[in-house]
Formats: sequence, C-alpha cells, structure tokens
Amino acid sequence: MSATTHAFAPRPGERAAQAARFARLRRGVQLRYVLLALPAVAFLAVFYGYPVAAMLLRAFNDPAWGTENFRPLTTLTRDIDVFGFSVPGNAYLRVFGITLQIAIVTTLATLLLAYPVAYVLAAIRPSRANLLMILVLIPFWTSILVRSYAWMVLLGREGTINRVLMGLGILDEPAKLLNTRLAVYVGMIHILLPFMILPLYAVMRGIDRNLLRAAENLGGRPWDVFRRVFLPLSLPGIGAGCLLVFILALGFYITPALLGGQRDVMISVLIAQQVTLIKWGFASALALVLLLVALVIYVVFSRILGVERLYGGTRA
Amino acid sequence: MVVGTRAAAAPTNATEGGSRTEPTGRLGAVGARVVFEDLEKRYGDVAAVDGVSLDVAAGEFLTMLGPSGSGKTTSLMMLAGFEIPTAGEIYVDDRPIAAVPPYRRNIGMVFQNYALFPHMTVGENIAFPLKLRKVKKADIQRRTREVLELVELPGYEARYPRQLSGGQQQRIALARALVFDPRVLLMDEPLGALDKQLRESLQLEIKRLHERLGVTIVYVTHDQQEALVMSDRIAVMNRGRVEQVGPPAELYDAPQTRFVASFIGESNFLDGRLAGIEGGVAQVEAPGVGVLRARLGEGLASGTDVAVTVRPEKIVFAEEGEGSDGLNHERNELDATVEDVVFVGEMHRYEVRLTGGQTLILKRQNRAGVRRYERGDSARVAWHVADTRLV
Amino acid sequence: MSATGEARQGVGVGASPRARVRPARAARRRVSLGQGLLYAVTGLILFYLVFPIFVVIPVSFSSAKYLQFPPPGFSLQWYEKYLTRSDWTGATWLSVQVAAGTALLATLLGTLAALALVRGRFWGRDLINAFVVSPMIIPSIIVAIGIYFFYARIQLIGSPFALVLAHTALAVPFVVVNVSATLVGFDERLEYAAMNLGANRRQTFLKVTLPLIRPGVLTGALFAFVTSFDELIVALFISGTGAVTLPRKMWDGIRQEIDPTIAAVSTIFIVLSVLVLVSAELLRQRSERLRTAIPTQVE
Repeated sequence: MSATTHAFAPRPGERAAQAARFARLRRGVQLRYVLLALPAVAFLAVFYGYPVAAMLLRAFNDPAWGTENFRPLTTLTRDIDVFGFSVPGNAYLRVFGITLQIAIVTTLATLLLAYPVAYVLAAIRPSRANLLMILVLIPFWTSILVRSYAWMVLLGREGTINRVLMGLGILDEPAKLLNTRLAVYVGMIHILLPFMILPLYAVMRGIDRNLLRAAENLGGRPWDVFRRVFLPLSLPGIGAGCLLVFILALGFYITPALLGGQRDVMISVLIAQQVTLIKWGFASALALVLLLVALVIYVVFSRILGVERLYGGTRA
Repeated sequence: MVVGTRAAAAPTNATEGGSRTEPTGRLGAVGARVVFEDLEKRYGDVAAVDGVSLDVAAGEFLTMLGPSGSGKTTSLMMLAGFEIPTAGEIYVDDRPIAAVPPYRRNIGMVFQNYALFPHMTVGENIAFPLKLRKVKKADIQRRTREVLELVELPGYEARYPRQLSGGQQQRIALARALVFDPRVLLMDEPLGALDKQLRESLQLEIKRLHERLGVTIVYVTHDQQEALVMSDRIAVMNRGRVEQVGPPAELYDAPQTRFVASFIGESNFLDGRLAGIEGGVAQVEAPGVGVLRARLGEGLASGTDVAVTVRPEKIVFAEEGEGSDGLNHERNELDATVEDVVFVGEMHRYEVRLTGGQTLILKRQNRAGVRRYERGDSARVAWHVADTRLV
Repeated sequence: MSATGEARQGVGVGASPRARVRPARAARRRVSLGQGLLYAVTGLILFYLVFPIFVVIPVSFSSAKYLQFPPPGFSLQWYEKYLTRSDWTGATWLSVQVAAGTALLATLLGTLAALALVRGRFWGRDLINAFVVSPMIIPSIIVAIGIYFFYARIQLIGSPFALVLAHTALAVPFVVVNVSATLVGFDERLEYAAMNLGANRRQTFLKVTLPLIRPGVLTGALFAFVTSFDELIVALFISGTGAVTLPRKMWDGIRQEIDPTIAAVSTIFIVLSVLVLVSAELLRQRSERLRTAIPTQVE
C-alpha cells in the first residue's frame, strides 16, 4: 500500500465535472443561510428600509423636485452665540448647534460620572458588583418616558427638590428648575448613564489584574499604575460608551420635549414640529441631515476607536 | 464479555431494518476501507488540502500527523462530511461519499473537546444516535449500559457532562461515537485537552479498544509521540500534502524528507552534494567536513544537493570503543568539540561543533561506565552508515 | 454596529461568575482615604441613578390630590382611578397585545436572521448585518416619520396591527444581537457531533442548537417585548385615535393631568422593569451554565 493508490480513479474529465458538482453543493449550503436571513431582510425592507428611504427622498421631491427644502438651512438670518462666539447663523442651524452641544456635554458628563462607578464595580468582588449592578439595571430597563416623568416630579415648581430646598431654608420661593437646559442635562445624563457604565464595566472586568500587579511590582505608585496601565486598557470601553451615548443623545426626543424650555429644542423635536405643521419635505430634509451627521460620526469614530474589534459580537 | 452479549443481540437489531445503515450488533473485523483520492480543499487562493491520496485498510489505525495548518483536520472534516472538497473523492469501501451529507455517513467521531451535549445527561448523549436510528427503547438502554461498560464508566447514565472530569468526558465521547457500531471512527486530537499522564493511559486504552473492536480508525494529532505509540501507520502531513506514509518505525528510521526527519523525533542535518555512489553507498561531500557516507535514498542522482541526516542517539563518541572495531568504511567519523552538555534525566544531551562549524546533537545514556564529557573537550564522533539517511 | 443591545449584553460578560476573582489579600487591604472618597462618589452617583425612580413609587400611593413628595398619607386612589378608567385599561391592554405580537414576530425573524448572519459565509453578509441592526442606531424620529408617511399613504394609521409591524422593525435588531451573542459563544462542533451521530439539519437544530441558544432567544424576545411596550415616538405618529398605547396615553396626560395617576402607571412600568431585569438575569445564568459545561479549548 502506498500513498498514491488510485483505487477508484475517475475517468479523465470526470474530476472537473465532480468539482463542479461539489461547488454547487457548497453554494447550496450558503443558499440555505441566505434563505434564513430572507424573511427578516424582506420584512425590514418593506416596513423600515423603504419607508425611511422614501421619506429621505421626500427631502428632494416634496412638494417639488429640487433642493428647495434645504434653503431654510443655508440662508443666514441672524447672529447667534456658539460657545461664546458670535457667528452668523439661522434658527434651524441653531437647533443643530444646540443638539450637538447637548450631545457633547451629555457624553462628557456621562463619562465623568460613569468611570468611577464602573471602576469600583470592576474592582469589588463579582458577587457584590452584581448586587450593585441592579441599581444600574433598574433604570436601564425602565422606560425613558417614566424616567423623564420622574424628573418632572422632582424638578417641578411644586416638586420635591424645591420643597426640600425651601424646607431647609435655602430658598424662599420655588426656583425654576423644570423647562431649563439644566433639567435637560440632568434628565439626559440620568437616562444615558447606564449606556456608559455597562461597556466601561465590561471592559474593566476583562482587564487582567496581574497587569496592575506587574506595574506595581515594577515600582509604579497607584496613580502611575492607573494612568499608565489601567486607563489605556480601559480606552476601548471609553470609546464604545462615548460613541453609543453620543449617537443616542443626538436623537433624543422625549426628554428635551418634557424637561426642556423654548430655548432647548433639539433636532428631533424640531422635526416632529415640522411634521405636525405638514411641512413633510422640510421635515425630511432635517431628518436627512440628522442621519448624515449620525452616520458620519459613527463611521469616523468606530474606525478610529476600532469599536468593531471590541464589540464585534455579532460576527463570528 | 461485552463482545459476546452484543453478538447475541444481533438478531433483534436485524429485524428492524431501515434505509440507513443499521447497527449490526457485530463486533470484530467490521472496519471499512477508506480511500482519499487526490483530495483538494481550497479557501479562495489558499489550498488547505492540496491533493491528498491515502488508502486506509479495513481495520487499520491510521494517524494523520502534522503541525497546525497542515491540512490534517480539514481532511478529517471532509471525511466526516462537514466540509465539501473542492475536488477529489473519498471512498468508504467502494462508495464515494464526498457529497453525502454527514448524517448519512455512519462514521463515528470523537471531537476535540468531545462535543458532548451539555443539556443532555450521559445516557441521553449516548442514546442520541440510537434514537435517531429508531432503535427500540429497551435496546437503547441495554446498549447504553454495554458501551459504558466498554469504556469502564458503568452507571454514569444520569450524570451531566459538566459533572465529569476531562478523562471521563473523553470516554463518554468515545462511547457515544461507538454505540451505533460505525465501521470507521474518526478522532480529532481527542486527548489534546488532558494532562500528560492521563493522555498516556488513554492512548493505550484506545489502542486496546481498537484491537478489540476492529473498527477502522483515522486519528488526527500534532503530537508525534502519540502517533508513534498508537498507530499502525502514520501519514505525515505538511502544507496540505502527505509527506510520507508508513509504519511508525519506518518513518522514524527511514524518513524520506527533511520535514519528516525533523517533525518525528530529533534529527541532525548536514548539507552537502551527492558526489557519487560506491557499492550502493552514497558519497556526500559536505563543505568543511569531508566525505560522508549514507544509505542511498530513492531517485537521487549524482550532483544533487542533499542533506545527510542522523538521529542524535545513533551518534557515539568514537574513542570509547563503542563498536569501533576498525571497520571505518561502515562509519562516518568526525572531529568535534563539545559545546554544551544538558542533563535530561535518562540521558545527557550534547551539542558538539564540527571542524566545519556545523553543530550536531547527540544523546548518551545516563549510566555507569559511560564517560561524561565536559564543555570544551575535544572528541571524535562517529555513526554507522546504516543509520545515515539522505533527504 | 450593534450599539444598544451589546451594551446590554455587556453586563452578562462582565458579571459572569467565571470572572477573575480577586485574591483575599487585596480585599483585606486597608481602605485608603482616596478609596473612601471614590466609594462615596460612586455611592452618590448610584443614588442619582435610582432616586428619581423611587420617588415616583411613594407619590403614586399619595393621598394628596396633586404631586407631592413626601406624600402626606397613604392611599390607593390613583391605582383605583387607573384601573377603573377604561381609557387607561384599554391602552394598557392594547400595549400588552402589541408588545406580545411584536415579541413573537421579531423573535421569529430575528432568530433566523441571526443564524444566517453568524453561520453563513455568503456574499453581502456584512451588508445585510448592518441593515438588520441599523434600526437600533438610527434616531427614532427618523424611523418614526418614515413609517408615518408610509402608513399615511396606505392608510394604516390607527391600527394595532400597523403598530406591531412598526415595532417589529425596531425590535428585530435586539433579537439578532442577543441570539448572535449566544451563537458566537456556541461551539459549532456540537452541531457537527449531532450530524455525525445521524441527525439531519432539522433534527440538529431542534434537538441541539435550539435548546442551547434558548436563553439567548428568550432574552431577545424579552428585549423585543420591552422595546414595543416602552415605545413612544413611533406610536405618537401612527397610533392615531384608534390604537392608543399606554406610553402614548401617558404622554397625552403627562402635562394636563397633574394628579398622581401617571405616577401609578409609572410604578407599574417600574415593577415591570424589575421583573424583566430578574428574568434577563436568570436567562443569563442559564446561558452561562450551558456554556461552562463545554470544556474550554486548549490547543
């Protein structure tokens, strides 16, 4: 017996035919998978993809073909104040400015608050961390509407905070807390905080504690160990959390509508207003711009941060 | 005896019939012949398996040995039916099976990590193939019991895999692969996750089981020691091809390629040019060393570049008189300096430098009467022409 | 791509019982001033997270006629009002039905898609993956007005069935992400083993794959249910007058009705979220158990 026994050697030409048959079989296996994905893809195409695409198209063809719907965005009307600088602007761009500002501030504040919490949760025993995690998960699973309502109860003129402050003698009469920018920040940070804590915590839990011990062993003081080892290792969590919170914040509607005032209109609220005014074309144009902003930020940041590598959970 | 009770059960099974290969209940000499014929598997431009031809005799224990990425596991996956080849064919007995779905092949398999179903008990795991073959409930129970006895874990039916040790899980995986009496059993690194001692005892156990059952076994491993201990024949794989097939001793003593010589055991190589052939003995000119003699390999012509290879344990220090009876033309003898000595327990491992600058490894037993050389000692090393190969 | 869902997944990963256990030595180390400060800050932030939610609960049992905290006395009047007014109970029942329908449909579609996307190696797979999970990331208002314009044209406004279709589009990504996460951790050799032992593809799926990914599928269903039950923005546009869901009803009443009925409804939402949290945790543990049963790869 040798390695080259061709016990059942095929006739010439048969090998090619056989290879073609195998290729068909392999394609058949993949076709089965395509068929499995088909119902979801078809469903989403009809009830999500097409409606959204048709709506975006409306930006150019409602009521007439052209870029008319973008004109209100490109005409400068009056000077506005952006982070202390006075620049020419217009009312609609101003809403975009406010939206970006709120999203940025919310993201940074959320990071600042979430980091110590995730750090502590990752450092303590898993059993205790799981218990404390409940405090993060209850708000996480509670509807945004309910949480925004809770802040209305707290911040209202007759609300809890005003009553407590007056009871303590700090205030003589109720302060205007609700329908302010501050209320929007407090509410949005509260709602988005779990979205920052969870990815941070997941990454921090995965950091090998031996690396920290090694750093200490090599003479690092606690602060050095944190700054030079722990912080860089937690960067993927920071990136993922910030991207997630920022994108979610851009599209916020309920919270700014309930807690904000006249001057705190975010882009989603503006779009909804335009729809009720039956300016569908303009609403679509605004939606298109919002979508582009979100997409560009998502693509750029996920490339820079390599979020796919960290959260490539859906890929094998 | 298990074999006896199983044989007695044969009539009940035979009455059940069925389109699928029905468990025969027979044991002994049931193995099937397996033939790989110019098998090829490409992923894009990469050939994972690049024209493998192998003929595994009925009842044989054949090991596919190679480093990771050598194509051994892919070959096994094609034999099991989880991968469809790009070209070529696989025969089990006379039947081409490359396009047959895995569930109709009736080939047993023990997976790396065992792949025991975690949501089923040991009993349910073992009954799984029998239920699919519509075996009667009473027979399932009896055969589960028998096969658990075979792997020496009787009474483990109600446990879950997670409650078992690694070695026990391995045996259950083996029991599950054997319970439906496949004629071919595939094993994909089945002992890889176990510690050394357990691995060695299970190697012998699997070998005994093979001798007892007569099933054809195709075994995949990257552990050359395991392959040498267990196999009837070994197919050494490298880069998607079979480098050499043969019984363990043949591969060890007569490697045909440099890869085989270095992958199985340890080898010394001295590069040179085949200068001529004298009385059936190859004369090799090695730069800086002189003329070395070696057994002639197949199909080598004068003038080709070759490597002279010799195993470390076949080299001796010459002045000790170990077989140095003046028959110089049967030996290669060279001057050397001891560079390093390492104590490895049963032997000392020497690294010596030849006058031409090349180094050789040699091993000497650790026993009284064998002189220990020290670093820097001059010595003369020698080995038999019969132990010298060309690759 | 799959932002929110994976964040939710993240909990499971980190909090797993297999996570690195700190040696006792470290636990015994004296708590320094810095650490004490850190713990205090963490405590305050956690308080900020839960406090608003637990203010709503006592307010809902208030005997006062308007929102007041702390409540002057105990009363079940707001629950009574909620349970006896048919607009509230009707909205609740509708939401339950819509959410159940969404969970069913989204779980079916999402599970199949996840199988294809994790296992398949077909052309365009990444593109399909991005499309299927995109409703999770795209701002809700965009999806909402797109669907609104579409339904307005085909006259589906105000239909519970239309709500199910819209919510399913939003919920499918959560199912896909959850089931995918389970499938990625799933040892494919178990399926190979099943087929090797004689199970055809259907039998393999029903007897091996499905039992093992069931926790992920159920978690996905839970996400889908909650996604629909909490959903407001799409409902604002398409529920019309014929299909007023509970969040929509709350939204309508939240600025007019200053009495604590909405607090009572909110409390019901909070209780639901706790129930969901507990179920999700139980499912995670079950999934973890099934996973640890498979010895880890060595090679």
